[in-house]
Amino acid sequence: MRNASFDFKRQVTVKLADERLQQALSRLQSRFVEGRSAVISEIHDLQETRDAAAQIRDRVLNNLGHWLLEFEERATSRGAVVHWAETVEDANRIVAEIAALHNVKTAAKSKSMVSEECGLNEALEKAGVEVVETDLGEYILQKAHEAPSHIVAPVVHKNKEEISDLFEKVHGLPRKTGIAELCREAREVLRPAFLNADMGISGANFLIAETGSALIVTNEGNGRLVTTLPRVHVAITGIEKVVPTLEDLSTLLRLLPRSATGQSITNYVSLLTGKRGEGDPEGPEHFHIVLLDNGRSSLLGTPMQEMLRCIRCGACMNHCPVYQNIGGHAYGWVYPGPMGSILTPLLDGIEKAPDLPNASTLCGACAVVCPVKIPLPDLLRKLREKQLTLGIRPQRETALLKAWSWLALHPRAYALATKIAVRAMNLMGGSKGLLHRLPGASGWTDGRDFPAPEGKTFRELYKERS
Amino acid sequence: MRIGLFVTCLVDSMRPKIGFATLRLLKAAGCVVFVPESQTCCGQPGYNSGDSKTAKELALKFLSEFESFDYIVIPSGSCAGMIRVHYPALFEDEPELLDRFLNIAERTFELTDFLHRIVRLEKMPGTFRGRLTYHDSCSGLRELDVYKQPRALLARMPGVVLKEMVESTTCCGFGGTFSVKYGELSTRMSDNKCRHITETHAGAIAGGDLGCLLNIEGRLRRNGDHDTRVLHIAEILAGEED
Ligand code: SF4
Repeated sequence: MRNASFDFKRQVTVKLADERLQQALSRLQSRFVEGRSAVISEIHDLQETRDAAAQIRDRVLNNLGHWLLEFEERATSRGAVVHWAETVEDANRIVAEIAALHNVKTAAKSKSMVSEECGLNEALEKAGVEVVETDLGEYILQKAHEAPSHIVAPVVHKNKEEISDLFEKVHGLPRKTGIAELCREAREVLRPAFLNADMGISGANFLIAETGSALIVTNEGNGRLVTTLPRVHVAITGIEKVVPTLEDLSTLLRLLPRSATGQSITNYVSLLTGKRGEGDPEGPEHFHIVLLDNGRSSLLGTPMQEMLRCIRCGACMNHCPVYQNIGGHAYGWVYPGPMGSILTPLLDGIEKAPDLPNASTLCGACAVVCPVKIPLPDLLRKLREKQLTLGIRPQRETALLKAWSWLALHPRAYALATKIAVRAMNLMGGSKGLLHRLPGASGWTDGRDFPAPEGKTFRELYKERS
Repeated sequence: MRIGLFVTCLVDSMRPKIGFATLRLLKAAGCVVFVPESQTCCGQPGYNSGDSKTAKELALKFLSEFESFDYIVIPSGSCAGMIRVHYPALFEDEPELLDRFLNIAERTFELTDFLHRIVRLEKMPGTFRGRLTYHDSCSGLRELDVYKQPRALLARMPGVVLKEMVESTTCCGFGGTFSVKYGELSTRMSDNKCRHITETHAGAIAGGDLGCLLNIEGRLRRNGDHDTRVLHIAEILAGEED
């Protein structure tokens, strides 16, 4: 997917002024924040479970090559074919080749963020394969020619009216307004897509090394149809998604749906192992698993490795006060919110997303809810450090930082400078004690007054009084 | 008990009266308080801007100024968090210094945490009459678990009626330099906070971190609210005048 993260600041302005978006985003709180909090308490040993989940992920990441080979061996023994894609271009080429090999004309697809990362739909269309998104949200976005704005709830930025309008336009049927009616209409339009598809494309939430299975967690039945009805099934996911055992999986599954959608368990949890065997009533004749690296392996063994623990639950963005106010599109690439602000620079290039690591107050709301305990604020801070070392911060900012640093380390000069500054600002504040403008800090004063200082520093007064 | 007061750069320059309120509280708790004159800043603005090098130098400076006290008290959750959580992280690979930083971290407290849990101050020197609402600043809350402490202290003041706002634990949008670099976003976040404050119909909003309070006050005033008082928790507990 094309990266538009560079445009972050301008997008913030646009998104803050978009009333429809703001209204749609206001549902995040009740739907996801309160939803999570209502069921997460079902896990009575929550902190221990989070610790265990983080350990499972670390165990894999510390020895990722081993677990991937183990997975490949088991998956292959069950008749699946495992493909390794170093780049998104590789992944697209591999899937296109699979399509060509099996003479695929149409593909039905369920939700996959990795396929978004690759821009797979476009690549397949170019290769002459028609792709139909069958996840309701993704279907809406495909028809609207938009990208997902959330990794779990891709259309969270749209309200019902927009969807009614869209369906009326693209389906040419009488306008529906109820959610159930809209869903029924989509289901009817999509049914032939399932039945006619030569190939099903899905993601995978996890890969299980001991069984060679791919696991998908969904709430709509489409995932199951996509992975079992068509002759060919392609599952595409990131190399970091492997877990050693089913036992490990069960720990992660206690956390994933609760953190993601506030559900104790999702409607469907499908464990897909191998192609259709002899005597199996259903399942694809060919099962291909495409595993994408795209920069992930370069994080192994670095301080950023912790980011690869991520199980894509979306809790960090649901709880992020920045995401809550601007939504996912402003971030400019596939992954939004706190996890996206880290993944985007790491996977797609630090120079492409200069704002993302900085556009956070480091409030820590994300780290508290992350089921695998990724220290997201610390990782954001590490990226800021990297930006500074690479010299990609604005000059004015680094100059100010240098001046501050020198002063803070020289107490006498610091005392003098603050003494002068607080007097000047006190005068500027006038009788109301408020500064309406502050040179060099319009970012503050465009929307807020700056309360004036008292006029003397604490240490001056302390000396005078003692 | 010998206490080192780290007043914080913001209180030092912007609101000395919070520093004096802190002194009154510590004295009421029977502490002997020292204010090392060479103190400046804990290093957080640099640290959060990616300048770990300066942060480390300031950490060492802090260590040399405060190591000799029994306890170090700070009227700010975010600076106390810097010292308790981030100083040790900065010296992870230097075992000898790490030990010293872990040791000083254990003796460093955010003001309300110290008053409630360590010295168990029962009688507040100040008086306050009326309703107020409380904003939980992020670092104090999430790095130091400061939530009950200010509420417990306020509950010991007969005149105080605490009216909780919704989402009192949601960030106010300050975030240090974030408030200037991403002013628009920051302003929207403070706007949400101000709305929740106003909805309580409390006449005052209190908190434990001056940065957040300046941000909130700035937005309230710009919105034309010149009545709601914005106070540091120390000013309430200690009373406003000497
Ligand atoms: S970073 Fe944590 S909270 Fe965010 S999506 Fe990943 S697992 Fe979920």
